[in-house]
Amino acid sequence: MWRPIAGGALRMTLLVWVICGLAYPLLEVGVNQALFPQAANGSLVRIGHRVIGSRLIGERFTGPAWFHGRPSACGYHAMQSEASNLGPLSRRLRDHLWARRARLVREHPELATERLPADMITSSGSGLDPDISVANAEMQAPWVARARGLPLARVQALVAGATKGRWLGLFGEPRVNVEVLNWALARSVAP
Amino acid sequence: MTASGFWQIALVLGIAFGLSIPFGAYLARVFRGERTWLDPILNPVDAFLCRIVGRRTTALPMDWKGYAVSMLVTNAMMGLLVYLILSIQGVLPWNPLRFSGLNPFLAFNTAASFITNTDWQNYAGESALSLFSQMAAITFPMFAAAATGLVAAIAFFRALAAPADGGRNLGNFYHDFIRALTRVLLPLCLVVTPVLVWQGSPETLTGVAVAHLMQGGVQHIPLGPVADLEVIKQLGTNGGGFFAANSAHPFENPTPLTNVVEILLMMVTSLSLVVTFGIFVGQRRLAWVMYAVMGVLLVGGIAVTVCAEQAGTPALAASGIMLQAGHGQMGGNMVGKETRFGVTGSALFDTVSTAFTTGSVNSALDSYTPLGGMVSLGQMMLNCVFGGKGVGTLNFLMYGIFAVFIAGLMVGRTPEFLGKKLERREIVLAALALLIHPLIILLPAAWALASPYGVSALGNAASHGLSEILYAFTSAAANNGSAFAGLQANTPWYNSVLGLVMLIGRYVSIILMLALGGSLAAKPSVSATAGTLRTDTALFGGFWLATIIVVGALTFLPALVLGPLAEIFMMHPHG
Repeated sequence: MWRPIAGGALRMTLLVWVICGLAYPLLEVGVNQALFPQAANGSLVRIGHRVIGSRLIGERFTGPAWFHGRPSACGYHAMQSEASNLGPLSRRLRDHLWARRARLVREHPELATERLPADMITSSGSGLDPDISVANAEMQAPWVARARGLPLARVQALVAGATKGRWLGLFGEPRVNVEVLNWALARSVAP
Repeated sequence: MTASGFWQIALVLGIAFGLSIPFGAYLARVFRGERTWLDPILNPVDAFLCRIVGRRTTALPMDWKGYAVSMLVTNAMMGLLVYLILSIQGVLPWNPLRFSGLNPFLAFNTAASFITNTDWQNYAGESALSLFSQMAAITFPMFAAAATGLVAAIAFFRALAAPADGGRNLGNFYHDFIRALTRVLLPLCLVVTPVLVWQGSPETLTGVAVAHLMQGGVQHIPLGPVADLEVIKQLGTNGGGFFAANSAHPFENPTPLTNVVEILLMMVTSLSLVVTFGIFVGQRRLAWVMYAVMGVLLVGGIAVTVCAEQAGTPALAASGIMLQAGHGQMGGNMVGKETRFGVTGSALFDTVSTAFTTGSVNSALDSYTPLGGMVSLGQMMLNCVFGGKGVGTLNFLMYGIFAVFIAGLMVGRTPEFLGKKLERREIVLAALALLIHPLIILLPAAWALASPYGVSALGNAASHGLSEILYAFTSAAANNGSAFAGLQANTPWYNSVLGLVMLIGRYVSIILMLALGGSLAAKPSVSATAGTLRTDTALFGGFWLATIIVVGALTFLPALVLGPLAEIFMMHPHG
């Protein structure tokens, strides 16, 4: 009984390795490169031949002329996706939240008594979250409009263009893609 | 809980339960060798694969010992192959970022982790593994571990189905394994992968894209064969991600649609196996009782987590965050959660993932509220709320055997389960299977807490630190793989001990349950009389539930009091 079991185990190991570890992924690469070439290669966006980012991967925007994404535990280093992993009672978490709020209030004193959207000062699960909430984008719209000397309605229209609702009206959350929004902003007028 | 949140959860659970009935019947047909609609295409494929493995080997009748030995030997060889590839990936192909091999401790931990269906990760995929390793050393054992768990459960079902030969033939491990791959895992993976790619999950052999950002600077964006890995990761209740951020990463889980697909994938087999069990033993009413008991624990866990995460914490409230959903934002505890999923989509995903012992996460459990985090910890401590592929059902039946035994003692009847008398040998085996789980959680956790090399890995202080260590060993023992990821466990000690805990948690439990099955199969059936304690009633279901909760609580409450429960009280220092 032992010999067939050992021999079978060895042949089974190699067989499953070839089918599931090589053939299956390579087949999927071939099929999906043909079916969805854009998505299969990372949803990259180009200007000419130059890749300027992926519409799914957030990046750090600074300065008043751009919409800002969420705080990131990895500084939007795409090679190091991670969350802060700070516990709910963590002192460091509390310090981070207060510091982010203080910075916003310093730049926009009118926020001093406002409650902020939950996503605005909390860091995301991946550190690469490309989205912010609609409330967050609406709060930033007047700041960006002022910095760029654009009519607020124009900026709000761009926000609406980068907004996605819930899937089937039910799943997920309404959100604004900061990558798409800022690219649209750059196309619309130079800062 | 918001209205849209409620309907989101209700719909996902409804679809999952709805799918499980036909799929459970399909699994029963596949493993009882009955005709299925894929036969015309797959019968020749199966025959060809059986010929490669060996015609004699795949036709050998196996009792529980033969089945267990074949499983162990096959898994050992597969684990060794994974270890080897990870160790020498530096000289293997498709390594665009030139990663060197993993050190022996990390390679052992990773190989043990993926072959045992745990998928605990002490490495970050995008900055440690070549594309070849992701395929040949990660995707490969994900299929193998899923198929192993599935066929182990099937062999146990056959043993409980009162076989006429007394359990001398519980099927052939190799034949079952091939059918699990060709009839269940591979077809579903082939169909679902393009859905994820369509939504934005990459599937390419390019390793990295360089983006020149508009504000200057470059961003290196890791790519690879992500989508195909993602599907088997969820379907096989494996849980190990291509990237460190797992299903929170926009490439692994790009949209709310993929979030739903991934939740359904991890639920469908374990739900279906309950139906399959009912068909195998010819007791559908019993299957419904099991369904109801596990369902109560699952739905309760989800409800508590979602409400706790929506409520947030005093620290969040004090920092001036809106905690109520509405006015274009989702509110709640969004620390470590992604905007597109919000509180509901995150809490639902992670609770399902710990109940079904997948271990993939789309949000950082370490940053959950104490109550939300405790639910995930509790699901893994019980380790039977549907549970991982195959083994969850085994654990649940183990609790059932205990419930019968205890109830039998209380009313003074001989305990019987499925027409077989439960005697000393069965109870001893079940007791061992029950005790091994807390033993391999609490002992190493205590060791870690008492040692400098254990404590120095902590990412958080005080009670939350204790929770991090407790979570790590619970996750390893339950073969879950999710983490309170603040713990920096990539050290020789953690790699070795966690690896051993995973191996014991997986194989000792399966072998004990197969032995239990073999022992029951060899017994003569006793016909039910008016004096038989019926197990397919709501009353017994309630007793079953109570047994699980009482045993689980008695075992783990002291540890929980020091961890998440203490945190709940510390969260409200004046109230």
